[in-house]
Amino acid sequence: MRVSLEELAYVAKLAHLALPEDAAAQNKLLDEMESIINLANQLALANTENVAPTAHVLPLENVWRKDEVKNSLTTEQLLQNAPAQVANCFKVPAAITNANEEEKF
Amino acid sequence: MTAYETVIGLEIHVELATKSKIFCSCSTTFGADVNTQGCPVCLGLPGALPVINEKVVEFAAKAGLATNCRVANYCKMDRKNYFYPDLPKAYQISQYDLPICEDGWLDIEADGTGKRVGIIRIHMEEDAGKLTHNDKTGHSYFDVNRCGVPLLEIVTQPHMNSAAEAKAMLENIKEIMETIGVSDCKMEEGSLRCDVNLSVRPIGQEAFGTRTETKNLNSFRSVVNSISFEEKRQIRVLETGGKIIQETRRWDDELGVGYSMRSKENEQDYRYFPEPDLVPIVLPQEKIDALKESLPELPAIRRNRYKTVYGLSDADARQLVFVPAFANFLDEAIAAGATPKAAANFLMVGIPFLLKENNLTENQIPFSPAILAELIALIENNTISSSIGSQVLAELFSQKASPKEIIEAKGWSQVSDTGLISQAVAAAIAENPQSAADYKSGKGQALGFLVGQVMRATGGKANPKMVNEELKKRLS
Amino acid sequence: MQLYEMTALALQKVIKEKQASIPEVVQSQLKRIESTDPKIGAYISTFPEEAMAEAQKQQKILEAGGTLPLLGGLPIAIKDNICTKDMLTTCASKMLYNFCPPYDATVISKLKEAGAIIVGKTNMDEFAMGSSTEHSAFHLTKNPWDTSRVPGGSSGGSAAAVAASLAPLALGSDTGGSIRQPAAFCGVVGLKPTYGTVSRYGLIAYASSLDQIGPFAKDVTDCALLYSVISGPDPKDSTSVMPKPFNQKANLEGNVKGLKIGLAKEYLANGLSFANRQALAKAQAILTEAGAEFVEVSLPLTQYNVPVYYIISCAEASSNLGRYDGIKYGFRAENAESLKDLYEKTRSQGFGAEVQRRILLGTYVLSSGYYDAYYKKALQVRTLVCQDFAAAFTKCNMLLAPTTPNSPWQFGEKSANPVDMYLEDIFTVSTNIAGLPGISVPVAQDETGLPVGLQLIGPAFGEENLFKAAYVLEQKGDRLGLLPRL
Repeated sequence: MRVSLEELAYVAKLAHLALPEDAAAQNKLLDEMESIINLANQLALANTENVAPTAHVLPLENVWRKDEVKNSLTTEQLLQNAPAQVANCFKVPAAITNANEEEKF
Repeated sequence: MTAYETVIGLEIHVELATKSKIFCSCSTTFGADVNTQGCPVCLGLPGALPVINEKVVEFAAKAGLATNCRVANYCKMDRKNYFYPDLPKAYQISQYDLPICEDGWLDIEADGTGKRVGIIRIHMEEDAGKLTHNDKTGHSYFDVNRCGVPLLEIVTQPHMNSAAEAKAMLENIKEIMETIGVSDCKMEEGSLRCDVNLSVRPIGQEAFGTRTETKNLNSFRSVVNSISFEEKRQIRVLETGGKIIQETRRWDDELGVGYSMRSKENEQDYRYFPEPDLVPIVLPQEKIDALKESLPELPAIRRNRYKTVYGLSDADARQLVFVPAFANFLDEAIAAGATPKAAANFLMVGIPFLLKENNLTENQIPFSPAILAELIALIENNTISSSIGSQVLAELFSQKASPKEIIEAKGWSQVSDTGLISQAVAAAIAENPQSAADYKSGKGQALGFLVGQVMRATGGKANPKMVNEELKKRLS
Repeated sequence: MQLYEMTALALQKVIKEKQASIPEVVQSQLKRIESTDPKIGAYISTFPEEAMAEAQKQQKILEAGGTLPLLGGLPIAIKDNICTKDMLTTCASKMLYNFCPPYDATVISKLKEAGAIIVGKTNMDEFAMGSSTEHSAFHLTKNPWDTSRVPGGSSGGSAAAVAASLAPLALGSDTGGSIRQPAAFCGVVGLKPTYGTVSRYGLIAYASSLDQIGPFAKDVTDCALLYSVISGPDPKDSTSVMPKPFNQKANLEGNVKGLKIGLAKEYLANGLSFANRQALAKAQAILTEAGAEFVEVSLPLTQYNVPVYYIISCAEASSNLGRYDGIKYGFRAENAESLKDLYEKTRSQGFGAEVQRRILLGTYVLSSGYYDAYYKKALQVRTLVCQDFAAAFTKCNMLLAPTTPNSPWQFGEKSANPVDMYLEDIFTVSTNIAGLPGISVPVAQDETGLPVGLQLIGPAFGEENLFKAAYVLEQKGDRLGLLPRL
C-alpha cells in the first residue's frame, strides 16, 4: 500500500518532524514507509474475531503507592540539563504569540 | 424573529486534595517556589516511570458514587499525545475508553425550577505544568510544580439551557466534592476549572446546533458571563445568515469577550492508546460498596434535613450547605445544644464576616462548636443581649476564653435589675419630652428611639425586653 | 590468563584469595579498554577515575576485615540507555549527547549496592532501534570475531565489550532481541528476562511494553550471578513482578534429566542458515544425551511476529520519544523562530534516520482512522501469540530455537531497505511480544568461524530451567572459554 505524500506530511506534522525537502529523498522515505506498511498489512490475514487486545502481558492489576510525600529533586537538579533557563524556570520560545494561534499541537 | 434555545454541556476539572501527585511522591502544595516540586517522573525525564497514587483512585470512585455514577469494576489509564511546553512527556496520562465512572446525574435548581443533569463520565488524569508568558522578552517560562497534580474531569450531558443552570450545576459539583473531601475546589487557585460546550438551536428543532468550547473558566462569574456572551454571539451569527464554526474559544474575563483559538480544521489527533507503564485498575463490587458506605451525608440530603429537622428556610439551607465547613460546624453546635436558627444566623452573618476580617478560611473558625452553643444559650437566657453577643463573638476571634469568661471580664452581663432600669427609663423620658409626647399621641415609632436612649445610657447591657415594658408602663 | 580475561566468578576467587587487589583488577580492565577498545568501539564513555576511586574504597574495606557484597570489585559495562546519576547517558543519540541524569536507574542502584564497579557506558543503536549498532549517532562497534562485521544490536556495545574482554559483565536491554541477537553474534551469553522481573525504572524507554533490561556475561554462571543481583520487584515500576526470588545456585548443576524441550516446526522453515541448522542439531543431541526429551510443538502465528512487533514498538516509541523537544534536557536546535520551529528543528536534527522512520510509522498506526487496523489488531494478535506459547508450554518446559536466522553481516550489507533488517528479528521478537524469558548461549560456529548462538525460551518466570539447559549447552558445546584474538 502506497502511503501518500499528504499522509506522510500529516503524520510528520503530528510527530513534529520535518520531511526531506527534495523529491528524491521524499520518495525514498515513501518507499521505506510503503515496505514497512506492507509488512504491517500482513496482520490483516490473522483472524482476530472475538479476541481481546492484550492489556498487559502478565496478569497484573492494582499496583499503586500510598499517598505520601517524599523528597523532590532540587531546583538545581531539575534544571541541570536545561538547554536554556531563566529565573529557575525552563526557557521556552513564546507558546502563544497571538489569540489565534493553536493552543496545543 | 426566531426564538432560540441554548444547549450547554460542561467539562469540569477538579484538582484532588491528595498530599502527593498522581504518579509520583512530589508534594501538591499550591504556591511553592517555582521548580521545587518536581522529580524524574513528573518532569518526564528519560527512564522515569509512573506509579499511581491509591488515594486518587479512591477519590475518583467516591466522586462518582456521590454523583450517582456507575463505578467501573475494571478501568485503565491511557496516553493522550500532544506537544505543548507545559506537558513534559508530550503525553498526558488520562483515561479514554474505560473511565472509572460513567452514567451519573445530579438534580439542580435554577430560575425557580428543578431539573436533572446527566453526567456522561468522570475520569482521572494528570495536570500540566505552568507556563508564564513574558510579552517583553517573547519567551515563556515553564515551572514543573503543577505537573502531575491529580485531576478529575467530569463531563456532563448537554442538559443545561441557561447560564443559571450551568452555574447551579457547577455549584452542586463544588459542594459535593468539598463535602466528600476529595477537593478543596478553590477556583482562585485553579483547583476547580470548567470548559463550556455551547450551541444554540431554534426552539422546537431537535438536532443540536454546531457547538463551540470555551476553555479554562475559573470563576462562577466567568462561566456565567462567557455563556451569555457566547449564546448572544451564536444567535447573532445565525440571524445574520452566518454559520457557527466548531472551534475552541478563550474567554477574557477582564474585557468580557470571548475569542476563537483554533478551528475544527486543526482538530487534534491525540493518538490515544493504553498506557503501557501502568496496569489495569480493578475494583471489586465489595470495595465500591464500602466506599459508598463511607460517604458523608451529601448536600441534597443535608439541605433537606436542614429544612425539615432544623426548620431553616430553603435559602438558608442552601447557603449553609454550600460551605461544608460551616454546615459541619452547624451540626456540631446543634449537637452541643445550640438552637438551630440562632446557630445558623451566626454562621451566615457574624462568623463569615469575622473570618474575612481576620484573614481566616472557612475551616479556621478559632473556637469550637460547643462554644457557639454556649454563647447562644447566654443570649437566650438573657445573660447578654444579642448585640453584646456579637461583641463576644468578635472577642472569641482574638482570645482563647469562654463566652462566660469574656462577659465577666468585660462586665457585659445584662442588667435586669428593675430599679436600675426604672431609673434609666425615667431619665430618658425626662431628657426627651418630645419623644414621650409623640408616643403618647400615638406615634409608635417614638418608642424605639427611647429604647435606644436607655440602651446607650446603660452601655447596651440593659435587658431590652424589660426596658420596653418599663417605658410602656410609664408612658401609658 | 590476564585478569581482564577472567570471568566474574574467577575474579571473585582471585580477589577473595588475595591473588590480586581490587584496584589491580580494575586497573587491568581499564588498561585493556585503553589498548583494545579503539579497535572495537564498544564504549561511548568510560569512567577510569571514578572506577579506580571506588576500587580503592572497596579495597580498604576488604583490608579492614570487611566483607564484600556479591559483585564487590567486579567491573561492569552499562548500555548507554540506562540512567546513571551524573554520568553521561546518551542513548547513542545526538538528542541526548550531553544528558546527565540526576538519578540512578533501579538496576544501577542495585549494582552499586552489590559492589559492581561501572567502567563505562556502551554503544548501541540510537534509542535501541536497530539490530547492528550501525544506527549509533557516534561510531560503529565492531564484532570482536571479525571486525568487518556488525556485533548485532541494539546492545552491540555491551555484547562486544564482554566478548572482547573489555568487561566481564555488562547490562543491555532487549525490546525485540537486542540482548540475545548481539550475544549470539559476539559469542557471549545474554538473557532477556521475563517482562517485569528486572525494573525498567531508569531504562530510557523505546517500547515500554516490550523493553526489558538483562545481563551479558562470558558464561552461563556469570550471567545467572548478574541476573540474581538485578532482578526483583521494584515499587518504582508498576509493571515489576517477581513471584519468588531467583535461585542462582539451583541452575548450575546442569541437570536437565526429565526436562521436556520443544522445537517449533515454524522456526525450522526456510530462511534459516545452514550453520544455524547444524547448531540446532548439535544442541538437540547434547541435551538429549544429558537426559532431556524433545517434543515437536507448533507456533502457528510465527509469521505475524515481526509485523506485530514493529507496530507495537513503533507506536509506543512515537509516544515515548515525544518528550525530546529541546526544552528540558538534551539537544536544542539553534535559530528556531517559534516554538513549533524549535520542536521541528530539534527533533529533525537530533534524531537519526531510523529513529525518525519508526516515530513516523508509530504515529501513522496510532493516528485517527488507523488505530483499529494496526495498533488494536496488533494487540489482538499479541493475545493470540501469548496463547500459542501457553499451549506450547503445556507440552514442554522450554523451547529450543535459533537466536538469529543468519550469521553477523558486513557493515552496510542490510542498510538498503530497513525491512531486510527487521526480518532478521523473526526468532527473537515473539518472546518480547509474550513477555517471556529467552537466553542466547554460544553453541557452535559457522563455516567462517563466527560464533553461532542458540536460544532457549521459557514460560514466564522460567529462568531457572533456562539456565540449567543453557549450562549444559555451554559445557558440551564448541565455544566454552574461547576468546577472540585482538
